[in-house]
Amino acid sequence: MLGYTLRRMASAIPTIFIIVTLTFFAIRIAPGGPFDLERPLDPLILANLQRAYNLDAPLWQQYLIYLGNLVQGDLGPSFTRRDFSVNDLFAQGLPVSILLGSLALLAAAIMGTFLGAVAALRQNSWLDNAIVAIATLGITTPNFVIAPLLSLLFGVVLGILPAGGWSDSNPAYWILPIVTLALPQVAVIARLVRGATVEALRANHVRTARAYGLPGRVVVGVHALRAAMLPTVSYLGPTAAALLTGSVVVETIFGLPGIGRYFVQGALGRDYTLVMGTVVVIAVFVVLFNLLVDLAYAWLDPRVRYD
Amino acid sequence: MTETILSVRDLRVTFETPDGPVSAVRGVNLDLKSGETLAIVGESGSGKSQTTMAMMGLLAANGRADGSVTYRGREILNIGERALNGIRGKKITMIFQEPMTSLDPLYRIGRQLAEPLRYHAGLSARAARPRILELLRLVGIPDPERRINSYPHELSGGQRQRVMIAMALANDPDILIADEPTTALDVTIQAQILELLADLQKRLGMAIVFITHDLGIVRRFADHVAVMRYGEVVEDGAAEALFAAPKHPYTQMLLDAEPEGRKEPPAEDAPALLTGDDVRVTFHLGGGLLAKPTPLHAVKGISVSLHEGQTIGVVGESGSGKSTLGRALLRLTESTGRVAWLGKELPEGIDAMRPYRRELQLVFQDPFGSLSPRMTVGQIITEGLLIHEPTLSRKDRARRADEALAEVGLDPSMRNRYPHEFSGGQRQRIAIARTMILRPRVIVLDEPTSALDRSVQKQIVTLLRDLQAKHSLSYVFISHDLSVVRALSDHIIVMKAGEIVEQGPTDAVFDAPRQDYTRALMAAALSTTRFRTAS
Repeated sequence: MLGYTLRRMASAIPTIFIIVTLTFFAIRIAPGGPFDLERPLDPLILANLQRAYNLDAPLWQQYLIYLGNLVQGDLGPSFTRRDFSVNDLFAQGLPVSILLGSLALLAAAIMGTFLGAVAALRQNSWLDNAIVAIATLGITTPNFVIAPLLSLLFGVVLGILPAGGWSDSNPAYWILPIVTLALPQVAVIARLVRGATVEALRANHVRTARAYGLPGRVVVGVHALRAAMLPTVSYLGPTAAALLTGSVVVETIFGLPGIGRYFVQGALGRDYTLVMGTVVVIAVFVVLFNLLVDLAYAWLDPRVRYD
Repeated sequence: MTETILSVRDLRVTFETPDGPVSAVRGVNLDLKSGETLAIVGESGSGKSQTTMAMMGLLAANGRADGSVTYRGREILNIGERALNGIRGKKITMIFQEPMTSLDPLYRIGRQLAEPLRYHAGLSARAARPRILELLRLVGIPDPERRINSYPHELSGGQRQRVMIAMALANDPDILIADEPTTALDVTIQAQILELLADLQKRLGMAIVFITHDLGIVRRFADHVAVMRYGEVVEDGAAEALFAAPKHPYTQMLLDAEPEGRKEPPAEDAPALLTGDDVRVTFHLGGGLLAKPTPLHAVKGISVSLHEGQTIGVVGESGSGKSTLGRALLRLTESTGRVAWLGKELPEGIDAMRPYRRELQLVFQDPFGSLSPRMTVGQIITEGLLIHEPTLSRKDRARRADEALAEVGLDPSMRNRYPHEFSGGQRQRIAIARTMILRPRVIVLDEPTSALDRSVQKQIVTLLRDLQAKHSLSYVFISHDLSVVRALSDHIIVMKAGEIVEQGPTDAVFDAPRQDYTRALMAAALSTTRFRTAS
């Protein structure tokens, strides 16, 4: 297993290299640059700035400089937040995003599995229909609708939770962002688990368990649900990567210091290094979580082999 | 000793479907005496499986059972899961048709075998272990100490069925229900499993309800037979009497359904059409960026020569490479060695082969999967004409479709219907019509009758023989079913592990097989010796 993990990590390097290369040149195709303000800068100042950030060098040279720094773990200085390096920005923002994302993921996995399993066991009952209907609503309602509504209800009308803002130490500030992030995932996971459980309950080996007079809780809990977890686990990988790297909408509405907003801000401000940094972080997370999913899959399903 | 332990009275099974209720079982009466083997025989859709599913409370959610099933005088039909769980898995156990999927793939077999012991006999995992090892030994699993830790996918189909039997025996049942337990297995494995069941019955004395479509097995196995059709028992009685003098016409038809007759041999000077010389096929399994693939030699240097009007029967167990050989001869899979058509080597590649495809055709095993469900029968069978005879007008294509359908014995007016409206046998006729419309010269038939009921099989065999005589077709007939192969082939190739172990004229191979492997195949498929004498 260790060998497999190392091989997978090694094979991720070319993937990340290609992503970095494509992004580096793609963003340079966009017109404008980090120092194009509404009032043009004095040409002399602009030239100085560009020299300071190596932007006057030929593109291929800049690319090599970037790669060289990246290999050493240096994501470079931010162009638009002049006192910060991209590493500094992530050091501040990433823990917030990871904290919120992982708690949202955990909540979504538990709630979604529970609701999905209940719906499958009571297939075509009113309870099943209600769960499916709410799940559909959860998937179709965008988070920029849910977030302000939650903020209004719990923050302003009821006044029991902070309507926005951030505190590292006070979990009350975490609840609404986590709920907003988790709700659509609860819905998707509930639907996935429901479908997989319905199928698993019809599987031949579940029929065997019933034919041998095993109690209902064993038939469902031991034989049906474990099989039903497999498709859900596959879904959780990319979802985890998305949740843990922050959400622009949620961070903006609740005023959170996460890293999700950097992606949009960086792109709009042509903050080349910030955009690149975000891309690298997301790519690493995606690769990492796909690996974790594959390991979890092999643990759940003995038919899967490492090769 | 001959006490009736299971009694079924006026059992009815109905399924609620969107098109209204469907009755699968219509008033079945059965009696099972202790220690006896009762065979329930019937073709697909006769309700034989649903009868036992209803007894065991295993009907699908939309199914309902009425009537009465008593076990030792106690009603067990519709008594609720909890009450039924005191009997099923303990007094009445069941093994299924699908050995590959009937065990939970996610747990070791030791754990699965422990479950019935735990919930019925109250044994802890530790206390169950010696009993599990004993059961595994009883069903002939080699090295049980090691196998107890295997996952189902690490066992072969036959071994998995043995594990299922071990599970069925765990609590010393009175009744073992075996629902087509050997249908999915190779013939030689089939014989081993049946021998095992017969032997266990003799030693342990349980009664067996044996559900099957295969009268050959019934003849060798059952004391008492019930023949089912359309959800009813049309005839039942002692096995010997029933086989000696079947009363009901349906029973007579089933008994008469063995494919029979022989094919006329081709002319002595018939030219060779398709020849393979030292054909080898190797698959590379697995592999990736940093891992080396493992080679699997599926076909190891086989030479064949198919003459005009000839049928070469290719027999062997699953995994012997017979299908791969068929595909290699049509250049549908990459191979080395020479494959020649009329003396000229066939090209590789999809485009290069296209002009030859018309004359070299293939019919598949699965009549359900090989026809597109979203095309009408007319579209399906004329699709090949669009490629091979693009100049035909729509009207000519329709005429050719009608001819092809009539030729395979279907009503041409069925042209505008969809495949799901047809039975398995009809679908296989459609698949043959799709091939015949192109007027091919060589057809590779890959298990074309395996998925069909015996009586339908016989019709398809006759159809194939008639078409061959009429159009002097040449067949490569791939099958594990020796009686069908005998009725169709001039020459037989017996394959094992990618190699030919024996070949020769059909009668010579059947009358005097030289290899043990061939003899084992034949004994398993064609023997009529009883597995045990009735007690």
